[in-house]
Amino acid sequence: MPDLGQYAIEVLSAYAASILLLLVIVIASVWKARRVLRRLSDVEERRGKTP
Amino acid sequence: MASLWEYANPRKFMTVSGALLPWVWGIAAVCLVGGLVWGFFFTPNDFRQGSTVKIIYVHVPSAIMAVNAWFMMLITSLIWLIRRHHVSALAAKAAAPVGMVFTLIALLTGAIWGQPMWGTWWEWDPRLTSFLILFLFYLGYMALWEAVDNPDAAADLTAVLCLVGTVFAVISRYALVFWNQGLHQGATLSLDAEQNIADVFWYPLITALAGFGFLFLALVLYRTRTEIRARRLKALIAQERMA
Amino acid sequence: MLGLLRRDLTLAFRAGGGFGLSLAFFLIFATLVPFGVGPETMVLETIAPGILWLGALLACLLSLDRIFQLDWEDGTLDLLATAPVPLEGVAAMKALGHWITTGLPLVLAAPVLGLLLNLPLPAYPWLLASLAAGTPALSAIGTFGAALTVGIKRGGLLLSLLVLPLYVPTLIFGALAVIRGAEGQDATTPLILLAGITLGSLATLPFAAAAALRVNLR
Repeated sequence: MPDLGQYAIEVLSAYAASILLLLVIVIASVWKARRVLRRLSDVEERRGKTP
Repeated sequence: MASLWEYANPRKFMTVSGALLPWVWGIAAVCLVGGLVWGFFFTPNDFRQGSTVKIIYVHVPSAIMAVNAWFMMLITSLIWLIRRHHVSALAAKAAAPVGMVFTLIALLTGAIWGQPMWGTWWEWDPRLTSFLILFLFYLGYMALWEAVDNPDAAADLTAVLCLVGTVFAVISRYALVFWNQGLHQGATLSLDAEQNIADVFWYPLITALAGFGFLFLALVLYRTRTEIRARRLKALIAQERMA
Repeated sequence: MLGLLRRDLTLAFRAGGGFGLSLAFFLIFATLVPFGVGPETMVLETIAPGILWLGALLACLLSLDRIFQLDWEDGTLDLLATAPVPLEGVAAMKALGHWITTGLPLVLAAPVLGLLLNLPLPAYPWLLASLAAGTPALSAIGTFGAALTVGIKRGGLLLSLLVLPLYVPTLIFGALAVIRGAEGQDATTPLILLAGITLGSLATLPFAAAAALRVNLR
């Protein structure tokens, strides 16, 4: 851990906020992709053919 | 070399992007983690700004990518309007939330950085303000995508909005410079020091920038694949209703 | 095209709606501001230019969804699209109609409200000039926004979200011209830039609005 001096809170919160937001967009993307893929395979299975 | 437009075929796009994605994710992760760890742990403090200079490794790359994301949307919107490639329109749709998150990161880290350096969370500096406006543009663009039911009409309308929005965003950028100069001189808050930034700061910054860039690419490819599947799903469901 | 303009104007005047409403909104807005910030004349004096411009902008915004909504609902828009008049001309006439029923009254009413808000005397010519030069841009941009959202049910909020960021440059230059005027300086530069934005919007946005209308009518 580097010595952040008097600005430790600022630096850490900036990094934390950025990483948190990046995680949010990545997880949201993955979540949506999973949901769409699941529903798509459901429908394709029901129709009994693969694309 | 085959034509670039070959990748506008959804199936071709799906195969290529599927093969490409693990690599892009990998490079993005390596660069991003590498750049941020390097910047956070192994760079010296600035003699004036102290340790806050470390914020630059998230602030500058996200800001650069936030603007680039809009330009990418502009180009894909143009391709959609001119050549009617669906993948292009869906890529623009996929890029918008990513660009919005980058804008938000740039704004947040800017505010956090501004607090100790300028003594205020928010300064109506042209650069900051134009990012806030860019954020509003992203919001409007995404809201319009959500609001229109017919996917082709939504793609057309958002593409037109993106074109007009770009022109007005650029005008706003210059208007803001004018506006701010009119109100208070001096107080240069920009990051122009970047030009003579030392190599110790430069290399990790470039690495982090590459990380953000590849992360954007990975997310856009990934989300475009989702959008293509969602479009197919919608078409299949519509077919079933008709049958 | 002139017939279309005349029809729009007649409708706006007769229907009892449209015409006076945005003017009344402007008046109420300017009346409410002192309640919000306190009655000190010094404070009012400094914020008056911005308040007047903001009020004009919001009054414009509120009347935007009327531009195409009624014609869309009763099918007039479909007829206009097949009429020999180009859709770009229709959009331009709609913008002009909106400006005459909304922008022009706002320009004329602004000096009276300036008195209420204690606007400094040298600012009045600049206020009139900047509003006269800027409100056509507001109408043109708003027509584009209205064309984008015409097919959307309850698109009013979305319309504001789309249009307000586009209003930023107009507002900046317009308010700046009045602020400089209030300080007794020469405000020609922002005024010229404002006129540039207006002319640019008038020249290009009818095409974008017509493109959006065609998509919505498809």
